Amino acid sequence: MAKSDVKVLGSWPSPYSMRARIALNIKSVNYEYVDERLWEGKSEFLLKSNPVHKKIPVLIHGDKPICESLIIVQYIDETWSSGPSILPSDPYERAIARFWAAYLDEKWFPSIKSIGIAQEEDARKAAIAQVEEGLVLLEEAFGKCGKGKPFFGGDQIGYLDIAFGCFLGWLRATEKMSGIKLLSESKTPALLNWAGRFCSDATVKDVMPDTDKLAAFGKMVIAKVRGAGAEIHG
Amino acid sequence: MAEGVVLLDFWPSPFGMRVRIALAEKGIKYEYKEEDLRNKSALLLQMNPVHKKIPVLIHNGKPVCESLIQVQYIDEVWHHTSPLLPSHSYQRAIARFWADFVDKKIYELGRKIWTSKGEEQETAKKEFIESLKLLEGELGDKPYFGGENLGYVDVVLVPFYSWFYAYEKCGNFSIEAECPKLIAWAKRCLEKESVSKSLPDQEKVYDFVLQLKKLLGIE
Repeated sequence: MAKSDVKVLGSWPSPYSMRARIALNIKSVNYEYVDERLWEGKSEFLLKSNPVHKKIPVLIHGDKPICESLIIVQYIDETWSSGPSILPSDPYERAIARFWAAYLDEKWFPSIKSIGIAQEEDARKAAIAQVEEGLVLLEEAFGKCGKGKPFFGGDQIGYLDIAFGCFLGWLRATEKMSGIKLLSESKTPALLNWAGRFCSDATVKDVMPDTDKLAAFGKMVIAKVRGAGAEIHG
Repeated sequence: MAEGVVLLDFWPSPFGMRVRIALAEKGIKYEYKEEDLRNKSALLLQMNPVHKKIPVLIHNGKPVCESLIQVQYIDEVWHHTSPLLPSHSYQRAIARFWADFVDKKIYELGRKIWTSKGEEQETAKKEFIESLKLLEGELGDKPYFGGENLGYVDVVLVPFYSWFYAYEKCGNFSIEAECPKLIAWAKRCLEKESVSKSLPDQEKVYDFVLQLKKLLGIE
């Protein structure tokens, strides 16, 4: 299949669409990136490609759409199997990587969003505490998974690096917007160093949105969420 | 460290049932440990400190948590028999998509049906049936989601069939009337021992739901 047959439907502020792009970069797959401005409405192409959830990212390979960012990453890993491996080869290590990726999506990132959206101080403090608690767990997981190597995946960026690293833009934007430090030398030294390595990696740096741009976008989303009570960010 | 396979579970849990079915499909002998969720064992808290939830699969002393992850783990470790995920990467992505869809919709909507009333319940029932119809679409004319044999999506979805009677009684509606193909599929799955021995009786689940409603103070 020709490389130009690969498209990613994404949205520049979305950590989830970053995952698909990083995975393709790791495999050195050329692709066309189509940016959806979700806050202006969803394109016909998006609605046709993901009729069930109507969300980005969508990977289009040939004429086949693949949806859900972590499913897309696994598909990329399995399809372009000659490139560097993204998932660990050992089934137990795979289960651990998948566990933390699910934790990040279901528990941790929603807490990050809550920090921004929370209207009362108590709710904000509770969300911050949840994020910090999660980071302590992830700091420990980094030690166990990485085993002293630069990434969760070992010498190179792997599944869990992608799953977690894509949230760094929003983590930094949240730190900026709320004036708090979430990753720190004192509490999460390994993660702080890992974050720097991840963001400057060749497969990541061109797809990681600028922190200031995200913070400005975040302010707009928060205002809309507080105003309309509707969710914009896909 | 103990050898072998241990499953920490709770009999009415659809998530636990998924693992039971997967282990049975692969012919794996394991020790089943029933947890009292109001009094969680030290072993459960030690093996799943992050979520403190069942099911927990313990393989040679090492815990694997989250049912979809457990089913994939079982499929990957015991890959020589009864494969659950397809071998082609695109088919795998489709199977994972629908398993994820079941997790996002069926459990939550089902829960809303038995815990709510009035407008909220009607909305939940409507969305629940819509979700089942989408799944019927995916099943098509195949005997199972996995094709000729039980596959990943079958294992992930069929446990909820044991809760259908409870949803129907609480929501005062008939799932079979709306989704006959899906009910036919579920009954076909139940003809397999790996499924019939893993799912509790529907009436038993309904009794459990009634007790839970009393405990939670729901009418």
